[in-house]
Amino acid sequence: MDEDDQRDERAADRSPLLEVRNLVKRFPVRHGLTQRLAGHVAAVDGVSLTVGPGETLGLVGESGCGKSTVAKLITRLERPTSGSIHFAARDLAGLNETALRPLRRDLQMVFQDPFSSLNPRHTVRQILAGAYRYQGLEPDQPAEELLARVGLEAGHADRHPHEFSGGQAQRIGIARALALRPKLVVCDEPVSALDVSVQAQILNLLRDLQDEYGLSYLFIAHDLGAVRQISTRIAVMYLGSVVETADRDTLFAQPAHPYTHALLSAVPLPDPDLEASRERIVLHGDLPSPLDPPSGCRFRTRCLKADELCAAERPQLRTIALGQQVACHYPERTP
Amino acid sequence: MTLLTVRDLAVEFRSGVRAVDGLDLDLDTGRVLGVVGESGSGKSVTSLAVLGLLRDAQVSGEIRFDGQELTALDRRALRRLRGNRIAMIFQDPLSCLNPYYSVAFQIAEAYRAHHRAGRKQAHRVAVRMLDRVGIPEPERRARCYPHEFSGGMRQRVMIAMALCLEPDLLIADEPTTALDVTVQAQILQLLRELREEAGTAIMLITHDMGVVAGLADQVVVMHQGRAVERGPVRDVFHRPQEPYTRGLLACVPRIDGPLPDRLPTLGAIT
Amino acid sequence: MILYLLRRLAVTAAILLVICAATFAIFYLMPADPAQGACGKACSPERITEIRTTLGLNHSPLSQFGDYLTGIVSGRTYGTGEHAVNCPFPCLGFSFQTNQPVWQMLTSRLPASFSIAVGAAVLWLAVGVAAGVVSALRCGSLWDRAAMTAALGGVSLPIYFTALVLQYLLVVQLDLLPYPQVEPLTTDPVGWAQSMVMPWITLAMLYAGIYARVTRGEMLESLGQNYVRTARAKGLPEITVVRRHALRPALMPIVTIFGMDLGALLGGALITESVFGLPGVGKLAADAISSADQPVILGVTLFAASFVVLANLLVDLVYAVLDPRVRAVG
Repeated sequence: MDEDDQRDERAADRSPLLEVRNLVKRFPVRHGLTQRLAGHVAAVDGVSLTVGPGETLGLVGESGCGKSTVAKLITRLERPTSGSIHFAARDLAGLNETALRPLRRDLQMVFQDPFSSLNPRHTVRQILAGAYRYQGLEPDQPAEELLARVGLEAGHADRHPHEFSGGQAQRIGIARALALRPKLVVCDEPVSALDVSVQAQILNLLRDLQDEYGLSYLFIAHDLGAVRQISTRIAVMYLGSVVETADRDTLFAQPAHPYTHALLSAVPLPDPDLEASRERIVLHGDLPSPLDPPSGCRFRTRCLKADELCAAERPQLRTIALGQQVACHYPERTP
Repeated sequence: MTLLTVRDLAVEFRSGVRAVDGLDLDLDTGRVLGVVGESGSGKSVTSLAVLGLLRDAQVSGEIRFDGQELTALDRRALRRLRGNRIAMIFQDPLSCLNPYYSVAFQIAEAYRAHHRAGRKQAHRVAVRMLDRVGIPEPERRARCYPHEFSGGMRQRVMIAMALCLEPDLLIADEPTTALDVTVQAQILQLLRELREEAGTAIMLITHDMGVVAGLADQVVVMHQGRAVERGPVRDVFHRPQEPYTRGLLACVPRIDGPLPDRLPTLGAIT
Repeated sequence: MILYLLRRLAVTAAILLVICAATFAIFYLMPADPAQGACGKACSPERITEIRTTLGLNHSPLSQFGDYLTGIVSGRTYGTGEHAVNCPFPCLGFSFQTNQPVWQMLTSRLPASFSIAVGAAVLWLAVGVAAGVVSALRCGSLWDRAAMTAALGGVSLPIYFTALVLQYLLVVQLDLLPYPQVEPLTTDPVGWAQSMVMPWITLAMLYAGIYARVTRGEMLESLGQNYVRTARAKGLPEITVVRRHALRPALMPIVTIFGMDLGALLGGALITESVFGLPGVGKLAADAISSADQPVILGVTLFAASFVVLANLLVDLVYAVLDPRVRAVG
């Protein structure tokens, strides 16, 4: 590594594009017939993340872990209960919609279901122009040009969303997100509704666009293969918290949290020999209810290593290796 | 011994769509046949055709199960076979269970459709089955309704329902697709155990090559209503002959092995 | 569950209060002078003043409303001294026309309305749901198209037209039935039934059409559910699949509209009763409107509204019993 590169990297470390600190979102839980407040459920419970320029942070976890809520909080579709979201030198957490509007140019989102996120009554051209209209701008590039960038044809501009396949519709969603040349795109399960061969195309497209425009992604998914394919770093969530973050290769080669380990061992491999010989950690039971989370470590009820310490004390994220942090009293890998 | 033989199966819907076109399948007793393909490949339609559950569709070809030609059976004989000798589980267990009845009732109902049994006896069978598929506190949970279960537990209920009559063949249509990966591992483990213990043959329909690799003995790769490749699971996975199979295997990003810069894709932009 | 019931009862009471206030307000704003109405045509100014005092019409609107509510809850006394008239609980005032207590008029008219409503309901429920189920099972068949056309016809025909045609055919031409008049069920069951047949058919034709269409739609939806496919895959006989897995979920919305319709009808089938001249609550309302008998109109409105509101409450309770998911939330 020469000196210039090192300097660049240090600069990037000092000023991440997105820096989320102790993000918390509690939803009120109403109970019974009087709809009285029975308490709060913490869907996101103290999440901290950073995304550097040109980087892709993969956020993985199973349903109910809070990863989609994190996406909604960062894009401020939901208001966080506490914590900070530093983006473009502003804290988005406390801003109202008027103050957020100019910032949204740089912060776009791609959704899971491309059809329900595209207005069925509008043509593709109108959908793409809508991105500008919200900012009070005139389109500075024709719809055809945007479509070409996401691999669609100019002739598609005057069609309606229902005339497209799922993969094509997702390309339109991406084109809309790219129209304003954002710095960060939050992708919430962008490929999970698609067929496997179409998933590959969309993953390739996201990669190409990143190379071309220097985009950063926060890529949220439950599919570990897709996350590995596209991410530079990965954060694993369980029941509202991040339990491990690591560089991509480290995470897959040497997972430190027992949950990450179990998650990786649960993914079926498309190889009969490996499937027959591999070690399987089958977690018992279901995800505990976030209404009544376990004391101490959230994962302890399903963890083979759990003991009194895990029940008594909630482990904090700590660095155990270069670029790897884990929230566990007994990590698989020791510093 | 051959349990299920399908020859030249064709399914054409009233809308004119030909979902399956000249399909052959063979499944031996106690074995697992993986049927893989993307959406629209006709794999689910095939499974429904075997059970005679397709509506508004013209089914032709032979479906021979344990020596009987199913396409020649009358409704009554076919009904006696369903649930009893050929059972089925589906992708989305929540929508596949009736929200108005307790899970024990729905399992007992399957049992009583084929056995002379009183309510109490059938209920005991249901509780025993729930216990067998790994539902904790089966006595208490038996009286619960589907919405009170998690996704994985619902699929266990579906499996309990399918297996309470000890069928020779279990058709599992995307049994783990709607489930989280750790829960998927639990259900696959359960299916493996049941197959070892009860010797039930399984027709496993899925889009996930990993699920097939972990469970199937034989595999058929379907594309646009036809089988493009078939064989023992090792051969097909290690030495795929057809470009489509190779593409299907390569385009899924894996969690192990070398990381390609770009994923290979199948055909044109869709 | 008990908490749920109490809460719902409280809400029901609140709704009734609002309806009460709204109706009262409307009648208060009407130009007709109640005192004039109570007194009749030839009436001296002194007499009117006297009536105004007795009825409490010179009090403020709010205090009049308060008196009215008190009357309903605990009875009240009109006027003072020797002219005092006691109106026992539940007091809805006295008719201007007959000077009878409104409550008594309503209760005496209830058996007729009840007979019409319940009989018709049984008929339309049986015919409508059955036709809807068969239509859904044979969707697209000749039967389906014929039944749905007939249903549309039933819905579109005005009641007075159906009623008059029926009357002409069955009574005048074929002489099968007597002209409708209420015979008490207890003393003359045959006569009672004969007198009720035409109103029943008239009403049932209207409602059966609606019910057939709703049932058909709901059945088609539930037949397409995945759990119906599961039921078939289990090897259940088709009749069990339809009855247990398709019909039961399909009946849930039927319960809702049935509760509402029956509730509304118990409060008087205005047109039917008027056409056949049956002394039900609806006929009472029609007569009261034509003679501007304000206390009766007010009473009938409240009475009918309470039936609808109570039916609504009942529907929700039935729902909680029928649907385990509602039970869980409740």
